[in-house]
Amino acid sequence: MRAALRPLRLRVLAAAERRLPALTRLRPPEALPIRLHQRRIYVLPTVFGAVFGLMLAAMALGALNYNNNPALLLTCLLGAIAFLSVLGGYRALDGLTLRGVHAAPVFAGDALQVELTFDPGNRRRDALRVQVADATIAFAADRATLARVVVGLPTIRRGLVALPRVRLWTTWPYGLFGPWSWLNPQIELLVYPRPETTGPAPPEDVRDAGPRHLRQSGDDYGTLREYRDSDPQRMIAWKASARLDRLMVREPEQIAGRELVFDYAALDGMDVEARISRLARWVLAAETQHRPYTLVTSRERLGPDVGTAHRHRCLQALALLP
Amino acid sequence: MKLDARQFDLVAIAIAAAMIVHVPHLPVWLSAALFVILVARWLQRRSRGHWGAAPVWVRLPLTLALPAAVIAEFGNLFGREPGSVLAVGMLVLKFTESEKPRDARAAVVFGCFVLMAALLFDQSLPMTCLVAVALLPQLAALRALEPRADGAPATTTLAELRRGLPAAAISIAAAVPLALLAFLFLPRLAEPLWGAPAPNQGKTGISDSMTPGGLSELLIDDTPAFRVDFAGGTPPPPAQRYWRGLVMWRFDGTTWAHVPAAPMRDADAALEPLAAPLRYEVTLEPSQQRWLFALDMPLTAPPGTWRNTDYTLVSEKPIADVTPFKLESTLSYRQTTLPPRERRIALLLPEGYNPRALALAAQWRENAREPRDVIRAALAMYNADFSYTLAAPPLGRNSMDDFLFDTRAGYCEHFSSSFTVLMRAAGVPARVVVGYQGGYWNTLGSYLVVRQSDAHAWSEVWLDGEGWVRVDPTAAVRPERVDRGSRAASADEAPWYRAEWLLALRNRWDLVNHLWNRIVVQFSLLQQQGLLTPFGIERAQWRDLAIALGIGTTTLLALAMLWALRRDRDAGDAVDRAYRRLGRRLARAGLARDDAEGPAAYLDRLRQRFPQAAGELETVFARYIALRYASASPDPAATHEFAAAAARLKVA
Repeated sequence: MRAALRPLRLRVLAAAERRLPALTRLRPPEALPIRLHQRRIYVLPTVFGAVFGLMLAAMALGALNYNNNPALLLTCLLGAIAFLSVLGGYRALDGLTLRGVHAAPVFAGDALQVELTFDPGNRRRDALRVQVADATIAFAADRATLARVVVGLPTIRRGLVALPRVRLWTTWPYGLFGPWSWLNPQIELLVYPRPETTGPAPPEDVRDAGPRHLRQSGDDYGTLREYRDSDPQRMIAWKASARLDRLMVREPEQIAGRELVFDYAALDGMDVEARISRLARWVLAAETQHRPYTLVTSRERLGPDVGTAHRHRCLQALALLP
Repeated sequence: MKLDARQFDLVAIAIAAAMIVHVPHLPVWLSAALFVILVARWLQRRSRGHWGAAPVWVRLPLTLALPAAVIAEFGNLFGREPGSVLAVGMLVLKFTESEKPRDARAAVVFGCFVLMAALLFDQSLPMTCLVAVALLPQLAALRALEPRADGAPATTTLAELRRGLPAAAISIAAAVPLALLAFLFLPRLAEPLWGAPAPNQGKTGISDSMTPGGLSELLIDDTPAFRVDFAGGTPPPPAQRYWRGLVMWRFDGTTWAHVPAAPMRDADAALEPLAAPLRYEVTLEPSQQRWLFALDMPLTAPPGTWRNTDYTLVSEKPIADVTPFKLESTLSYRQTTLPPRERRIALLLPEGYNPRALALAAQWRENAREPRDVIRAALAMYNADFSYTLAAPPLGRNSMDDFLFDTRAGYCEHFSSSFTVLMRAAGVPARVVVGYQGGYWNTLGSYLVVRQSDAHAWSEVWLDGEGWVRVDPTAAVRPERVDRGSRAASADEAPWYRAEWLLALRNRWDLVNHLWNRIVVQFSLLQQQGLLTPFGIERAQWRDLAIALGIGTTTLLALAMLWALRRDRDAGDAVDRAYRRLGRRLARAGLARDDAEGPAAYLDRLRQRFPQAAGELETVFARYIALRYASASPDPAATHEFAAAAARLKVA
């Protein structure tokens, strides 16, 4: 039944969207914050509401037929309660503001954990539901307290992903009516390229003919420099920091020629996506070994450097390659 | 998604509430069985929640047993009683399989329907209030079925009730104006679309036969039988308040039976009124009987009724609803001719019964010069030797002999019955009349309420030249019975719950019920058509009513929309409030702050506009800027000073 009605439902929806672009998903992207108001909140009865209406009609008919006024009074009361519950649902949405959308980048194929921040204003809001793509999350917001909702958004490919239109709705208070609103925030979320699982090791610079000094980055080797935010904790030289009264980091000694250079152009003979996933894997491998590296793409040259910030810059550059 | 414990509990409460309003008319064993099923399911879900819904091998037998039980009890599945029992049963069975919010919602909707069905049995104010109260758990359950925030800590049933019930009460209160409007203007049907409900089986009130001693249960029943409004606003004196119901002609030795008399034709109107007619309206409670009660003698038959030759009124249909009748009676009259047939049956006595009574009557007849002497002799005898009691001793085969010569204690049935037997034996045509006598005059509401306990029996004798004359032998024994009502007559035997002060309370309460009946229960097409009279529409038609409904609804909805669209004010802290107040005062003085204007820019403009107050303005604004921008949490004392300074500031 449901499956049979689906094409019809889609056709009706498409027609409605053509007629009333503001009503639905065709709303153009808009900048944050997005505040819901009466011109973008729409209400229809739910299936349950329709059943309830049919029952009210049957009750009214029975009461009128038997000329039973108390029963008619009860029917009218139920009808009025149902009717006014539209306003309760409307008030749950009206004035709600979408303040922020954040998501830490993930590798293609993983789900983006999109955090939506809603500002309820000076009003308690119950039983709100937010739907992004196929994921639906219920949440409530206390008055004057930001509500953070995390929705999983599956990803397929690298690059910038526009946040799909967000449907915000509620059936508060009695489930009879479902006011809804479509939000189309102008947000693009970054998805890193998926690194390949296996492949050759990162190439060493061929120009380097000298002997290799394979040294572990120990406590006693390398040069000291000041701590930067992106440095991993294990690099902090605690003794030196205590001596100097500020955080110091011991950099592994950088020997010219031991630098890793990941060149996009050098990987000829492979298709674009394969090159990008290999470069991504090398970046991650270099990060785990904590060796400085340089990424060279057709657009830019990043590095040499190592650390979270550099890793992000490189992966972002790879993600955004055409 | 399955119902959590809290949601399940609320649905259980809602269903129990819908069931409870039906308990008064459900067979006891069925209420008990349904209640057991409800509790069993609740316990199962509570302790063995993982079992899920009741399995088919439990549900199927129950589902089949329900119609079987209904047929066993009522004989069929259709009609008001079987239908409602079926509905309540189905509601409880739905509960046994409710595991998801969808099932629960369906159960609650059906619960609302079941609530309405309860009003088909009892339209009284207490029942309506009970149903309204039972609506609260339904709404609270629907509210609890709305999803909570994912991952939010579970709340208890009690906490949910504490939040849900007041919210439901507010919902109902807010819906009352709209509901009343719809109730008033929803077009009523002139004719029912399908048959009216079958009459109630349980009959109350007086019946169409009378055995001395049979009325005593009725005499302690304080429920109202009917209420009367008098056109003049004042009732006749207590001694005149005889409400005639049935005339009993036939006596078989123990029981008086009603023989339906022929409908009266206009030509039969052998009654000559001697007093101005008294106009009044009798509102009968449902009795499921067809007779009406009128002061003797009714002059006309209201629509839907006819008048018999014995001046009783009979309705065309059994009285199944609270029904008003406009009546007209004369309290003083004369009748000239007694048809021979009537005379014959008014003298008929069964052979071989009550020999001593017959002998006594024969003796009176020999000594009497006219029928009045016989009546006087009988009343004198009652007055001298008889006592009034509701606990009358039982009587044997010759019941009237036993009563007249041995027990000599009884109440109206005994007196009227024995008196009529004596009269017939003495050759005076006589008959027994059953109805009500008296009634309580409610001064608050200016109406008379007649209760079942006012049921009474008296006699009528035929006197040539006068016609049928009422004689109440009970009054000869216990005048209070007639002057002050049935309670006064049996006051010394009354149990505590029939105490006088309780009755006073009940009479007050009766006024509320009376108003409820008049205003709500009897509201009909006729009253509806008169609703728009103040607006110059005498007989409102469907169209007018629909327009009125539209206008009213639009007005109420506009008000509701104003509420819904109202923005929440961000209250801010004390500093913000004081600054806003200041801004409003300055705006009234002629210079409003722009929305995007900061205090410094505003102060600049103010200084130019009000140079004379520049110094004061600067101090106040400096305080504001210090409070608002210098610290995250302003000092309360300084805030207070700023508010005071802002209030003192005068620019003009």
